[in-house]
Parts: sequence; structure tokens; C-alpha cells
Amino acid sequence: MSYFRLVRVFFRVNIVGEVAYRINFFVNIFQSLLALGTALAGMAIIFSFTDSLGGWRPAEILALVGVYVLIGGVIRFAIQPGMAQLIESVRDGTFDFTLTKPEDAQLITSISRFGIWEIINILLGFALLIIALVRLGASIGGLQAIEFLAMLLTGAVIIYSFFLILATLAFWLVRVENILTVFQSMYEAGRWPVTLYPAWLRYGLTFVIPVAFATTVPVEALTNRLNWVTLLVAFILAVVLFAASRVFWKLGLKHYSGTSA
Amino acid sequence: MKSLFQLYIQQFKTTFATMFQYRASLVIWMIGQVLEPLVYLIVWSTVSNGNGGSIGSYTTGAFVSYFIILMLVNQFTYTWVMFDYEYRIREGYLSFALLKPVHPIHSDIADNIMSKSITLPVLTVIAIILGLAFHAGLTVTPWTAVLFIPGLLLAFALRFLLEWTLAQCAFWTTRVSAINQIYFFLLLFLSGQIAPLSILPHAVQIAAKILPFYWTIGFPTELLLGKVTIEAAFIGIGVQIVWLAIAVLLLRLVWRLGVKAYSAVGQ
Repeated sequence: MSYFRLVRVFFRVNIVGEVAYRINFFVNIFQSLLALGTALAGMAIIFSFTDSLGGWRPAEILALVGVYVLIGGVIRFAIQPGMAQLIESVRDGTFDFTLTKPEDAQLITSISRFGIWEIINILLGFALLIIALVRLGASIGGLQAIEFLAMLLTGAVIIYSFFLILATLAFWLVRVENILTVFQSMYEAGRWPVTLYPAWLRYGLTFVIPVAFATTVPVEALTNRLNWVTLLVAFILAVVLFAASRVFWKLGLKHYSGTSA
Repeated sequence: MKSLFQLYIQQFKTTFATMFQYRASLVIWMIGQVLEPLVYLIVWSTVSNGNGGSIGSYTTGAFVSYFIILMLVNQFTYTWVMFDYEYRIREGYLSFALLKPVHPIHSDIADNIMSKSITLPVLTVIAIILGLAFHAGLTVTPWTAVLFIPGLLLAFALRFLLEWTLAQCAFWTTRVSAINQIYFFLLLFLSGQIAPLSILPHAVQIAAKILPFYWTIGFPTELLLGKVTIEAAFIGIGVQIVWLAIAVLLLRLVWRLGVKAYSAVGQ
């Protein structure tokens, strides 16, 4: 069975599970719009006093908010639900069923759950990004566009690996339900360029909890702020973290001994 | 009266034990409580510095002090009952609470007081460290210090009653997360969390001072900071008392209607 067919099957199962609650659609649209409105209103207040924030122009911050909403949506759409499910299933022993499946357990874990309604945020973030791009207009060259896409992808890989490492801790610690929220509470800080923050916070948001790679770095690439060193560091970090998370996962699997069932 | 006292003692013990059981969650929760005001502190300091060192009556140093005090005031007054209540109703736990001879609000009050007495000392230390790191300047005159205490206690009582009333929405709908989000949106802009009220547009200031939000967070913060004149401080405390009375009436009304509408779901 090909990877894409598996994704499609799981995706359909998730959609079928959600569309039964039709009013959820409107409630979720409302909540996404309100969250976006909150971010934009905050931005509007701040830019009523200044033309640039730490050297960032409004359109550039708008692009950052767009990426923030977009990547936040991607995380809660594709990454977090599967990891949360993993933690729960390790605790109650239903992870046994995942292990009995013929496909790789990490793959199944990663694609079995989707936060369907986050598609709304992904679309909103994308729309915001387009608006920002139009405003930035001619200042974006082909190279920047490629760098931007590469950094978005790199950021996503870093975040995925980070989540996988956190969730894999469940094999040893079992009760780690809240561990994923540590990212969520730090992610808030990604709505502004991390270059604003004092060094300790900037490094924390870059290397301890890699929020910066998901938000600031791609937009830095887009707005021609990125040097080759950061680009290279991001790329190496993505490769290393991805490999490390896989090794850690294998170790975790070895340690797992079905707790109930 | 004695049984109520015992209930509070028992709830203190339970909350204490629960909080130590979930230490990690507590730390994660507190990171969020610190990070949000910290981000606004940094953003507004940056804007203020770029603006020649002040915006309106707020210098960069005043912004720093404002957001650090705001963090503490917010910690002192916040509640989490509206996140809990839907679960209590959905799972039927409220039925047990209703069987008890005392109003369920008492165990929430005790729970709130106990967890604050654990989190506040930690947060105060963090506040002092942040104050030193960002060079906060704060001069407290005796009268602001004296008036700050009733201002803060009234803010806590008011916010507690309002948010407890808000939580009762769960009697009628299971979509409380949308309602909570609207509440937090209003709170962010009208309580002074996003910026000191005096630099916001005039219409927002008026709305904030008519509605209760400002009186639960922004007012005590600005009071301690010395941004409120002595007359305005007394008027403010008066407004807090009026809102508190309204909140009590509202809570009694909503609670009575809610219990009537309640049909236990779950066990």
C-alpha cells in the first residue's frame, strides 16, 4: 500500500468523523476569524505608533503573521493530533494495535490523526501571506521565493521532529499528556520577529523550543534578511533532528511493553 | 459557618496535593502566564525606544514596569473555572456538587486561593528578575500602596464572580470554547493586557471604563504604577464596588436559571 493511499484513507476517516457535526464548521470558522482579528488588531495598534518594529515594516510583519497562522494551522492539522494520540495510546495500551499493523509504526502514528478544522487556519494564513506578498511586491526575487519555500519546509521538518521527540518520551514517562502544550505556549512568541527579543529568549526560541525556525526564519528569507549561515544551520538542524528523532523513536519502541491490554 | 470553614481547609489540602501531583503542567502553564506579558513588554519597549523614549505618558521604563505589574495582577485575579465547567456538566460531576449542602462556588474559591498562594511567590521572583533584567523603574507612594490593596482585592472578587457567571453558559451550550474566546478577545483589548489603556483609541478607553474588564486588571496595575490620580483612584474603587454588586446579582440569577435548565448528563 503506497504512502499516499494510506494518508488518503486516514484523512477520509477523519473527515467522516467530523462532518457529522456540521455546526462545528461555522463555530470553527468563527473562532479562526476571531483569532486572526485579534492578531491583526494588535498589529494595527502597534503600527499606529511606529512605521517599523525593530526594522520590520508592516507588510513584513503581516507576512510573519501569515506564516504564523499558516504553520500554526499545519502543526495542529497534521502534527499535534497524531502525537497527542500516541501519548494517549501508550498510556492506555492501545498502542499495541498500531504495532500489529504491517506498516511502520511511526508512519501510522504520524498520519492517523488530522485536526480537520485547522484547514481553515491554513487557508487564512495563506491568504494573509498572499496579501503581504502583494504589498511587498517587487522587492521579492526568485531566489528569495525559493529560499522562503525551502525554509518553510525545513521549519516543518524541525517542528515535526521536535514533536516526535517530545511524544516519544511517553514510552518512558507514560504520563506526559501536557508536554505538547509547552510548544503551544511558546509558539505565541513567534508572532513577532525573534530578533526583537533579548539574547536568552531568542536562543531559547531557536534552539530549545524551535519556534523561530517555523516563523521568523522563513520570513527572513522572504524579506532578504537571511544570511547563508542561518540557512545552513536550519538545514543541518532539520536533517540531524529528523534522524535523531527516528533513532529516539526506535529506542522508545524497544522500551515499550504494552501497559494494559 | 464551621462546616464552611472545614470545607475550605479540605479544598486547600486537595488543591495543594493536586498541584504537586501535576508539577510539570504547572510549570508549562506558568511559562505561558509569563511569556504573554513579556512579549508585549518587549514589543512596546521597542516601539517606545523608536519613538524617542516614550508614548503618551508612558516612558520605556514605565512600559516595562506596567507589563511586569500587569503580569502579577493578572496572576492574582485570573480564574480557570470556565475551562472546567463544561467538563463538570458533561461528565455529570456537577450533580455531586449539587448534593452538597453548600454552594459549589465555595470549593472553587478555595481552590483558586490555594493555587495562587503557590504560584504567586514563584511569579513574584520571576517578576523581580525581569524587573532587574529590563531596568524597570517603580516608585510607590504610600497612598498608591494603600489604595492598591482594596483595588486589587476588589479586582479579584469582580473577575472571579464574572468568570464564574460566564462559566454557567455551559448549562445551555457545549460550545463554551467559542464563548470563552470572545471573552478573552474583549479582555485582551479592554483590560489593558495588550497596552496601557491611555494610549489606546479614545472610543476603546470609554468602552473599557464602562465595561468591567478594565477594573479587573488594568486599574489596579495603573494604580500601583502611579498613573491614576487620587480622586480617580477613589472613583475607580467605587466603580469596582458597583460592578461587584451587579456581578453578584447576575451570578445569582444565572445560577438559578442554569440549575433549572440542568439535566445531568453522564454518570
